Parts: sequence; C-alpha cells; structure tokens
Amino acid sequence: MTDYHFNFSYIWKHFDRLINGLLLSLELALISIVIGAIIGLMLAIIYIDFGRKYKLFIGIYVELIRNSPLLLLIYLVFYGIPSIGGFEYSSTTSFVITLSIYASAYLIEVFRSGLSAVEQGLIDAAKAIGLNYLQRLIYVRIPTMFRIALPSMSNTYISLFKDTSLASVIAVPELMYGAQWINFNTFRVIEVYAVITPMYLGVGFVILVLLRQLEKKYRVDV
Amino acid sequence: MEEAISSIPHLIEGLSVTIQVTLLVVFFATVIGVILGVFITYGSKYIKYIIRIFTDFVRGIPVLVLIFFVYYGFPAIGLNLDNFVAAVVALTIFKTSHVIENTRGAIESIHFGQMEAAKSIGLDFKRRLIFVIFPLAIRRFLPPWINSVADTAKGSALVSLIGVVDLMLAMQKVIGRTYEPMPVYIVGLIIYVLINYSLSATSRKLESKYRFN
Amino acid sequence: MKMESNLLKIKSVKKSFGKNIVLNDINLSVSKGEVVSIIGPSGSGKTTLLRCINMLTEYDEGSIQIENTEIGYTSSDETTRKKRNDKQLSSIRSDIGMVFQLFYLFPHLTALENVMLGLRKVRKLSKSEATQIASGWLERVGLSDKFKSLPSQLSGGQQQRVGIARAVAMDPKLLLLDEITSALDPELIQEVLDVVKKLAEDGMTMILVTHEMSFAKDVSDRIVFMDGGFIVTDRNPHETFHSNDNQRLNEFLSRIKQEKF
Repeated sequence: MTDYHFNFSYIWKHFDRLINGLLLSLELALISIVIGAIIGLMLAIIYIDFGRKYKLFIGIYVELIRNSPLLLLIYLVFYGIPSIGGFEYSSTTSFVITLSIYASAYLIEVFRSGLSAVEQGLIDAAKAIGLNYLQRLIYVRIPTMFRIALPSMSNTYISLFKDTSLASVIAVPELMYGAQWINFNTFRVIEVYAVITPMYLGVGFVILVLLRQLEKKYRVDV
Repeated sequence: MEEAISSIPHLIEGLSVTIQVTLLVVFFATVIGVILGVFITYGSKYIKYIIRIFTDFVRGIPVLVLIFFVYYGFPAIGLNLDNFVAAVVALTIFKTSHVIENTRGAIESIHFGQMEAAKSIGLDFKRRLIFVIFPLAIRRFLPPWINSVADTAKGSALVSLIGVVDLMLAMQKVIGRTYEPMPVYIVGLIIYVLINYSLSATSRKLESKYRFN
Repeated sequence: MKMESNLLKIKSVKKSFGKNIVLNDINLSVSKGEVVSIIGPSGSGKTTLLRCINMLTEYDEGSIQIENTEIGYTSSDETTRKKRNDKQLSSIRSDIGMVFQLFYLFPHLTALENVMLGLRKVRKLSKSEATQIASGWLERVGLSDKFKSLPSQLSGGQQQRVGIARAVAMDPKLLLLDEITSALDPELIQEVLDVVKKLAEDGMTMILVTHEMSFAKDVSDRIVFMDGGFIVTDRNPHETFHSNDNQRLNEFLSRIKQEKF
C-alpha cells in the first residue's frame, strides 16, 4: 500500500487557478464553436449547393483536419505558422484559431446532414411563395436545420471543452494547466485530479440538462 | 534538405512506437471491451450500472487527464509505471469505454425478431451467440470500431507529453535540431492523416457495404 | 374561347424523368376566375403538371404562360430560350400560390409568422401592414385564436388552412392546390373544403388536383381527366360525371365508386 496522506488544503489554497482555468476553458470552447460554426455553416452550404469541385476541396479540408491529432495541429499553428509567417501571436490566440478550425471540420458534417434533412417540401413551399435562394436559406433552411442540429452541436461543445485541456501544452492558463501547476508545485496529485474530474464531468452534465430544456422550449416537429 | 533526409530514421522510429502503442491499446481494449460489452448487455442490473458508471466517467473526462493521472497519480498509490506502460494503460482505459458502447450498440441493434427466430429453432444461448448474434453483430460493430482505432492513433499523440518517444516527440526532437518546424510538421501531418484516413475510409466503405446486405 | 381572357396557357408541354415520359403533349387554358379540377389515377401526371406551372418541376418542352409571360423560360420560343434564373422565378412564383398535400408549414414560425413571411420578404410590406393582412386571412379561414400557435400545436385541418392563408395572402393571380385533403383525417376535410369553396365564390382562379369527386363536381367550372400523362377529357362537371362517352374515364369513375365503399 502507500502512506499517501490526503491533503486538500493545498488545493483550496490555489483553487482560484482551477476556477479561472475552468472559466477560461468554457470561454475557449465557446469562442471556438461560434467561429467554427460560422466557418462550418458557410462551407456546408457551399458543399451542398455549389458544384462538384467545391465538394472536393471542402472534402479535403475536412479529412485533413479530422484525421490529424489535435496536438499536432496546435503545435503547427503555434510554432509552425509564425516561423514561416514571420509574426508571433499569443498562445491563447493561436489555440482559439486551432480549435475553431478543428471545430469547423466537425461541424461541416453536422450542418451538411442537418441541411440535407430539411424536407424538400419545405423548400418547395418557400419557393412557392416567391422567396429567392438567399431568403430560403436564411428564413427557412438554416432555422429548420439548427433545430435538427442542436443535439449534435451541444455534443460538439462538450468535446471542444474537453479538448481545451490540450491548450495546457502551450501554457494557456485553462483548467488542465492550473491542475498541472498545482501538481508540480504541491505534489498533491490525487487531490488535484479528484477535484478537476468532477469539474469536467459536471460541465458535461449541465450542458445535457440545458439541452433538454432547450429541446422542450423549441419543440419542433420537423 | 540533408537534414530532412537524416531525420527520417528518427521519425520512423517514432512512428513505430506510435504503431506499437496503438496496436497494444487496440488489442487490450477490444478484448476487455467486448467482454464487458456483453456483460452490460446481458448482465444483471448491478453489473449494468457499474459498467455504465465506468463508461460515462471515462468518456466525460479529457484523455489527457486520464494519461496524466495514470502517469503522475498512480505512483502516489504505490504503482510506479514507466511512461510507455502508463501510456498504454491510460489509452486502454479510454478506448475500452468506447468498445463497450460499440459492442452494446452492435448487439442491441440486432432485430429482436432474429433472436426469437434463433430461439425457436432450438439453439441454446451459446450457439445463438456464435451462429446468429456474432455474425450479425460484427457488421454493426466493425465500422465504429475501426473509427475508434483511428481515434486511438490520434490520441496516441498525447503520450509524447509524458515522454514516450512516439512520432510526435520524435518530430519535436528533430525540430530541436533543425529549427525548422514547418517541414517536419507537414511530414508528420501527412503520415498521421494517411494512417487515419485509410482507417476511416475503410470504416465507411464497410458501413455502406453492410447496409445493403 | 376568347384568347385574351386566358390567364394561364399551357401548350404542348412534355416532361420526362429519364426514360419515363410523365407528361405527353399537355394543352390546357384557364381563364380568370375559373376553377378547374384535375382528376385521374395516380401516376397520371396530375401533380407533375401542377408543379410545372410554378416551375417547381421543370417542364422540358412546350410553353406555360401566365398573362402572356412564359413561366419557366425566358421566352416561349423553344429554339432560343433559356431556363429562368432563381431571381426571375421567385418573382413569377410570388404571383402564383400553392397549397401542398403535406402542408409544409415552416415549423419554426407561428401561424401568423408563416403567413407573414412572404408579405414581409417578398412583397416587402412593413410589419404592421403584413400583420394586418396576415391576421385578416387567418380570421377568414377560421383561425383567429391560433395566431401564435406553432404548426406542431395545430391539427392537420388547421395546418392546411394556415397553408391556404399563406398562399392566398400573397394575392396571387392563380392558386394551385395539390391534393390538399388527401393527408387529412376524414373529419377534418370539410373545414378545408369550406375554405376553398369560399375562395372560389370570391372569384379566385384555381387549379385543384383532387380525389374528392363530389367536391370537384360542386365547385369546379371544368373537370380535366388525366391518364398516362395525357389529358383525356376536359368537360364541365355534369358531362364528366354523368353523360360522357369516354371509356377510360368511365372505368376510372367506377373504380373510384368501388373504393369509396
């Protein structure tokens, strides 16, 4: 066995690192999913409605990103790009860029299948009252698609939130970084992980509950 | 350019470590995961509950937390694992949770009627398992399973963070000498993408093939 | 028949889906204020013809003109014409109303918003004007207490009446109705038919594809019988149902009578 003595006081002493880290993680995931959704939505629309050449390029974009380890992408954006671009950016900025692009690759698929799932009849009805392509997109197709895509999007958010743990490797002060700091400076390994684990689990749980509420409010029989 | 060529052996060594880690994890996780998956489908309420808690727990935390906890945390309770073993253990725990879900989904997707048909022919549970459930379940099982192999290969990149000299860490060592990150990253990217793309493409092909059977 | 009073002119229209010829040389004219019902077995091309009128389905050959404007193409001359682009089609479609068998109300909008969408975005009316017109129509179809209801909260008959209001609020020159009661439970059909009858009495030019024979007889000026992609007969209701000599039509009518019971 072991004579490890639990001592949570160290954790509470540095608890602010964890709380601030948690908030930063939530923020990073939020910003990334918003930017990722904007990019992803545009690319999904282009994928469906424009020609075959676009399908090919967008397909390559998606496969390239989805099949790469996120860690590699983080390094590439943070260390690699500045080295050929000649500029520098903060670790947080580069992480948000990376995670947004990463998110967009997953969301393209979500939006693409969501848009395809919009009944042709609805689009016909929109055409019949004289709405043009852009109007049909904005007032009928995208709103209908979002309701279909809501569960997938909240799952994506939870995934992205967990992925923010990788920001710690480029010293972004999110939750994992805070945990590692406490780990290295106080050696209270078990306690630290005992505290952050429910934090990670808790966020997932809360999001799921919020999702249920949202689904009830916007109850739509599509 | 010379530097690039001379770094290739190092990258290949790193790649072989990545492949080793991935294969070990896939093997252990599949064996354990399938067994537990069968338990969670057919087991008693308590077994279902415990395994359920396990999977929800593991899938709710980032892989990195798992890896760091096994490597830094286990010593505190007396288990000193070297980084390679810790990596394999952590990733195995992670992938096992996926395999369990995978197995459960595959078995449950088999139409209830087919189970009844098998029972009515007079096959006992073991024979039903082997001759009816297994062949059918394997078709639902394989595509997502192949996908999670790809996920494991991607997740293996994280073991570089606890000092395992996989492809990721090999890349960084090379960059440490050449000071030119981009070419190395690009090469590494291509390797990872090729591996994972062929895996996920296979998975999709299998999925469409099986759907029309 | 006075050519000038023809609102809709369909001439020699053909449509194929691959090797399947769905519309064979269709000729039909409809005058302002006329109510025409199209009947026939499934697969006869009735719905396809209707959908060609507002170019939801593209007709391959022939001409469909509304008030002398070719609908789907830039001109009626088949050798030089091009398909209309989305902008042109949208403009033409705003003057043709369509009501669908499966309603296709926009699920994220209330009944009032469903009716208002076209008024605001296509007719470019102000919010207050659009609200006034939309609520007026919802009242006329008997849904004055359902303005804020979502489609999922409405019965089939109510949804279809919203669908009618949505089409008619645009003040179309022509109204197309595609089997609008076929998806409704029997007890909900009458409320919808009553609305359509009132529209006919108020002078709306309409083309209905329908299976409701007694209703068709009651409300139409003409009945068109289609079979196999052809228009077989085009007569007034009395002739169609009681004194025609066309064998195919009579076979169809007797089949229908059997099915009803």
